[in-house]
Amino acid sequence: MSHSDEITAVLKEHPQARRDSLIPILQQIQDRTGFISPQAVQMVSDELSLPTSKIYGVATFYNQFRFQPLGKFHVQVCRGTACHVKGSAAVLDMLIRELNIKPDETTRDGLFSLEIVACIGACGLAPVISVNGEFHGGVTPDNIKKILDSYRAQAQKDQSQNDAQEDKAK
Amino acid sequence: MNKPSNSNVSPTKNAQDIPEVMECVMAGLSYQNNEPISQVQTELLERLRREKLIRPALFVGTGTCGLGAGAGKTLKKISDYLESNTIDADIVEVGCIGLCSAEPIVDLQIPGKTRVSFSSVTQEKVEALLSAVFADDIPTDQVLGQHRQLGLEAWQDVPYLDEHPFFAPQTRWVLANCGIIDPASIDEYIARGGYKSLAMALQNITAPDLCDIVEKSGLRGRGGGGFLTGKKWRFASQTPGDQKYLICNADEGDPGAFMDRAVIEGDPHRLLEGMALAAYAIGASKAYVYIRAEYPLAIARLKTAIAQAQEYGLLGSNILSSGFNLKIIIKQGAGAFVCGEETALINSIEGKRGMPRPRPPFPAIEGLFGKPTIINNVETLANLPGIVVNGHQWFSNVGTENSKGTKVFALSGKVCRTGLIEVAMGTMIRQIIFDIGDGIPNGKEFKAVQMGGPSGGCIPAQHLDIKVDYESLKTVGAMMGSGGMVVMDENTCMVDLAKFFMDFIQRESCGKCIPCREGTRRMLEILQRITRARRNETGSEALERFQGVMYMNRLAEVIKDTSLCGLGQTAPNPVLSTLRWFRSEYEAHIYERRCPAGACKELLLYRIDEEKCKGCTLCAKKCPTDAIMGSARSPHYIIPDKCIGCGNCLEVCRFDAVIAE
Repeated sequence: MSHSDEITAVLKEHPQARRDSLIPILQQIQDRTGFISPQAVQMVSDELSLPTSKIYGVATFYNQFRFQPLGKFHVQVCRGTACHVKGSAAVLDMLIRELNIKPDETTRDGLFSLEIVACIGACGLAPVISVNGEFHGGVTPDNIKKILDSYRAQAQKDQSQNDAQEDKAK
Repeated sequence: MNKPSNSNVSPTKNAQDIPEVMECVMAGLSYQNNEPISQVQTELLERLRREKLIRPALFVGTGTCGLGAGAGKTLKKISDYLESNTIDADIVEVGCIGLCSAEPIVDLQIPGKTRVSFSSVTQEKVEALLSAVFADDIPTDQVLGQHRQLGLEAWQDVPYLDEHPFFAPQTRWVLANCGIIDPASIDEYIARGGYKSLAMALQNITAPDLCDIVEKSGLRGRGGGGFLTGKKWRFASQTPGDQKYLICNADEGDPGAFMDRAVIEGDPHRLLEGMALAAYAIGASKAYVYIRAEYPLAIARLKTAIAQAQEYGLLGSNILSSGFNLKIIIKQGAGAFVCGEETALINSIEGKRGMPRPRPPFPAIEGLFGKPTIINNVETLANLPGIVVNGHQWFSNVGTENSKGTKVFALSGKVCRTGLIEVAMGTMIRQIIFDIGDGIPNGKEFKAVQMGGPSGGCIPAQHLDIKVDYESLKTVGAMMGSGGMVVMDENTCMVDLAKFFMDFIQRESCGKCIPCREGTRRMLEILQRITRARRNETGSEALERFQGVMYMNRLAEVIKDTSLCGLGQTAPNPVLSTLRWFRSEYEAHIYERRCPAGACKELLLYRIDEEKCKGCTLCAKKCPTDAIMGSARSPHYIIPDKCIGCGNCLEVCRFDAVIAE
């Protein structure tokens, strides 16, 4: 499905949408395509008869919306109070150094994207990071590398499987 | 073997079973009138309350915290074990019982015997544990305790769960079912007296009387404001209008709090019942749950619960033939802390930027889409079924003079037992931290407990005997807030903590009013300057630092007095409260340029112990400014002028040769 088809599909789910459907529409578009593209804003604007400036205004206000595609593995670092007290700043530093990207960016190979979230709500396990929704509790700067490596290995495995399938297809 | 989805009380019940269970809801009234209920119903209830089991049942805590600790893998291992040993048993996924630090928690119940809880059952421990228990042997090192269940044979020499030091001081009303029942089963909730209060209210209590009962009970908003819930309802119910709205605020953005998530994950029907009661009292036919998108599991459980309640006719049109209609809609928040503020939340539901509106008009008069709207927190609503069934006196008998009932707290930070707790109002903070929480780990000294998140304050060691009460907490500069309780030990720097909160607030400030938008930013800069090393500072920056220190207090007062909404008005609290109790720490940062707790990295001076250094050159390679000199296999040294205090060398050294002071 192409990018614009996905957006059309989301818009179809909201017949006769009004202003109060704007945030759910944007959320669904982001769920399906990973980010809010300029094209998406334009299409939502036409559908809701709202100026694009208003839509950008809403989308940029909320932390959830992204304007860049996500990496294959989306790393969320919890910066809640409990995690802070237990050393999440060092964890974040380590991730920034290890991935060589800043928060809200995606690595060049498209493998990892990094995001700071206010609180995941798993304070009992602080400090916590979540990779594609999978939680890792009690993270330290030392075991970050191990966690990332496990995902790298997984990506490689997927890749070689894909290659093998392609070879078969050939 | 039965998969969790088709256990004997599956969430997707056959249509013909519904009347049977629904009769039990109505029979809730008969309990009051002492009318006997039928044999069929008695058996059904016994089965649903798991008093009579056909086969063994395993309960796995799969709340977010359980899953984080590896409950998903444990669950898989258990079903593998049952399959390979051909044991016929039910696996039930339950919510969080509250003791997060002991997750994954697995309970086991064998027919005729009481249910036993085991802590930290990671996947590798599953096999040994299950083999032992099925051979009638309870391994004592892992057992948390057995549940108190009347009419069932108790295990010998196994302590009761309600005598466990974590559970004993608690009064669990809102959390009564969390971690006990299957949150995906409406039947189990009903069997434990669920939806009884709704049936009672719809048949016997008028809406104004319901407002009365709740007002008399003394229930106050659990989201932080502490306004009398019944009184708030009255404003909305007395305002004329064709359409009124109820909003459940589950936008738990406060860092360090996860009460709402656990309640929705563990007992979603309690919230729905509470919402139905509140909507009935104010005359609303449409209700919204505004919930954080970061809580996918809670959203999923809530969706299931709403679908079930609709199927049973407990939501929808003409509920229990009373003519009362209610539609509940889930709205996902998009990650803005300010949306916890009532009017900002309303704007967000309307599809606008989540910015607060000036009040008055209050939402109870003119709220969502210009109609009268009541916004209640999850915990407030979850308290309602208990009040209606047991009467307002039952509720107001517990607590202090002005704070009634119980309060749920999320206990986290530097404390041995972290988790979700519920205590009666009037419980001492000391008891929460040292009895329930079992004190500070690693023999460290207690320093302070932070309550109320970014709007709250700290309680220092000398005020630990203060009671949980809306008013008395204010006297020490803290507040009840929504219930986050973060414990800090001697290694936590209070200036760093204040900086952390200011950083959070200035990022989350919506930008509508100047005192909050600009003031919090300036406040953060002042704190950043005093935690920066002198070596990285120019002359003018030093002057700015002094100016900031002089104006900090005044700036805080201005932000407090002139901001538009609650977020800004309480924004300086973390600074004011730490300044009040830990002034000497600020002074050490300002005058001596050192951090007593050793947490402000830049203020540390690094040196290398020549005797311990093996000359591995790792630190020199990792140093971003080439401040470490030395040749291989001989001791290295740090050039103080070049060092920026990043701490990399300390992190990488494998011989503990780098010392930070």
